[in-house]
Amino acid sequence: MADAPVSIDAKKCVGCGKCVTGCGFGALSLRDAPDANKLGRLAEVDAAACKACYACVGACPFKAISEVKGEVFGTEGLDGYRDIWVFAEQTGGRIAEVVFELLTKARELKAQRGGGCRVCAVLLGSGLPPFVDGELAAYGADVIYRVDDPALAEYEANVYVDAVAQLVAKHRPEVILAGATAIGRAFFARVAVKVRTGLTADCTALKIEETRNRDTGAMQMLLHQTRPAFGGNIMATIMTPNHRPQMATVRPKVFRKKAMEGGAANCQTIAEALKLIAPLTRAVKREPFADGTDIAAAEILVSGGRGMKKAENFAMLEQLAARLGGEVAASRAAVDAGWVRPSRQVGQTGKTVAPRLYLCFGISGAIQHLEGIRGADTIIAVNSDPNAPIFGVADLGIVGDALEIVPALIRLLPARG
Amino acid sequence: MNVVVCIKQVPDTTNVRINPETNTLMREGVESILNPFDEYALEQGLRLRDECGARLTAVSMGPPQATAVLREALARGADDAVLVSSRAFGGADTLATSYTLAQAIRKACGGTPDLVLFGKQAIDGDTAQVGPGVSEFLGVPLVTYVRRLTVADGAFRAETVMDDGVVTVEGRLPAVMTVLKEADAPRYAPLAGAIRAAKAQVAVLNEKDIVADPVKIGLKGSPTKVVTIFPPPVRGGGEKVVASGDKAAETILEFLGRKGLVKHG
Repeated sequence: MADAPVSIDAKKCVGCGKCVTGCGFGALSLRDAPDANKLGRLAEVDAAACKACYACVGACPFKAISEVKGEVFGTEGLDGYRDIWVFAEQTGGRIAEVVFELLTKARELKAQRGGGCRVCAVLLGSGLPPFVDGELAAYGADVIYRVDDPALAEYEANVYVDAVAQLVAKHRPEVILAGATAIGRAFFARVAVKVRTGLTADCTALKIEETRNRDTGAMQMLLHQTRPAFGGNIMATIMTPNHRPQMATVRPKVFRKKAMEGGAANCQTIAEALKLIAPLTRAVKREPFADGTDIAAAEILVSGGRGMKKAENFAMLEQLAARLGGEVAASRAAVDAGWVRPSRQVGQTGKTVAPRLYLCFGISGAIQHLEGIRGADTIIAVNSDPNAPIFGVADLGIVGDALEIVPALIRLLPARG
Repeated sequence: MNVVVCIKQVPDTTNVRINPETNTLMREGVESILNPFDEYALEQGLRLRDECGARLTAVSMGPPQATAVLREALARGADDAVLVSSRAFGGADTLATSYTLAQAIRKACGGTPDLVLFGKQAIDGDTAQVGPGVSEFLGVPLVTYVRRLTVADGAFRAETVMDDGVVTVEGRLPAVMTVLKEADAPRYAPLAGAIRAAKAQVAVLNEKDIVADPVKIGLKGSPTKVVTIFPPPVRGGGEKVVASGDKAAETILEFLGRKGLVKHG
């Protein structure tokens, strides 16, 4: 049996159960121990369920629980790591929007970190236009590591992994952020494993703060990574105390981009010549979506769910969206039913959106869906069920039949010329 | 051809809540299910078994009760099932899990199999990291977000869905792939399969069986530490109006007008 990260002193434990309610992971329980104390029970810890958060240590009024100090395994020479990196994802010379959002956040983190920390962009590609560097500088990149190589002309996961892992080994960043896009999510996870560090996916909040390392007791500047788990029912704050770099991905539209006044003063581009592996897979066909709309970028979204009843009814939503100058989105139920293509799905397994207006019809508002619309400025919901959870977050809720109300809206709204 | 499908037993997350007073997970009455995305990976494995005569092994890492999802895989037609289970694996994050699974896969197949399939992500953690992580530990190519797959003569062709379109990629096996739910719909287990699965032996591998380095597994082998959990911030709701037809439409337009989102005359 593995040793649990906490030990319980049977002489001090009175069987009160405060640790059981204090544990967020159900790792503590009480077992019968008739002779141990008045209540005749003792706390015990399930090593397999324990996440070493040590909440129980503080929860015990009798100081019966203590942290078990084990040998700490981690990256050697943590102090040799510096700077905050942002993976500057690009396709065909166009930088992904999420990169600007991450650079904006990285500037904030740099100020929190202090101590000469810089914001660095990692740019991979082939024959990239020079203006790209200016764009990255405008959002605060102090340094751009630019790898220009024919092998990087198009995204190939395995070559990307090789390139970023080599740069990490060479320059030792303290933090690396990437967008949780189809590209970022896949290859970044492999980079983290290759460099043997931790990665937290889909963070919704990031900050750097002086924190006590629970393993060593030392004070460290650590990246606090907050993300939803269990489909958005729970938020967890995660840290990577003993390994570097600290890696995180963030979905598009979770943070807001803001150009830096005047841009980074002395942005420096460093051309990196790497000896890369040959691509392991070959793209033989590319079919861009006929419908290239990115709902994450839309300012106004008209969204439909199960309550729209059938695929044909989405034509109404398209009409309404056109009149409002917006795009059509959908819930998972509508996508699963085949009424709307998956690229328009909003929520935990779809996209995170942050429109000025989210107008939704027949969407009940499962937690996974609500997670995806957290960033919306204004939410208006129409649903026939007065108890639908969507009303809990809507700025205006209409209890009524979407199939009646959508045509009425179309009738009352002037067509856009 | 040896094909492995990695599957996970997960709580049905639609029912997991946090008790706001104690900040604890309320797992009571939450059903355990086969991760929905893994159903599609399993189906691709079964298809390769049917069409190419592949030997399909289902592998799951988890507590003893995770045997249930392995029996489901056997019932649908998997040839073997392996449970990777030990208290020493407890507290593993995605790095330690990737290492443990890679070691177990090698052990179960007597080497690196031709193809390892994963679902796109698991609905409890939603990280989508373990498939890519296993590809690194096995040292084989990674292909993500596959919606269609063909395999012949040691080579593969896969349609992968990216943010802006579909990219068809080709390469040589072995490989690790993650499968989308746009792929073939999962089959039901035939009755005969269910009967066979109920009687089948599910092999269990622990840290010694897979020759794991003790510092690379469980909590010790996990760089990420969960520091706190808390309920998600709530966004307050606004007014709620019962209305239909034109009346409802006017209420919406008036609201939009007030917010400056449409011109309402």
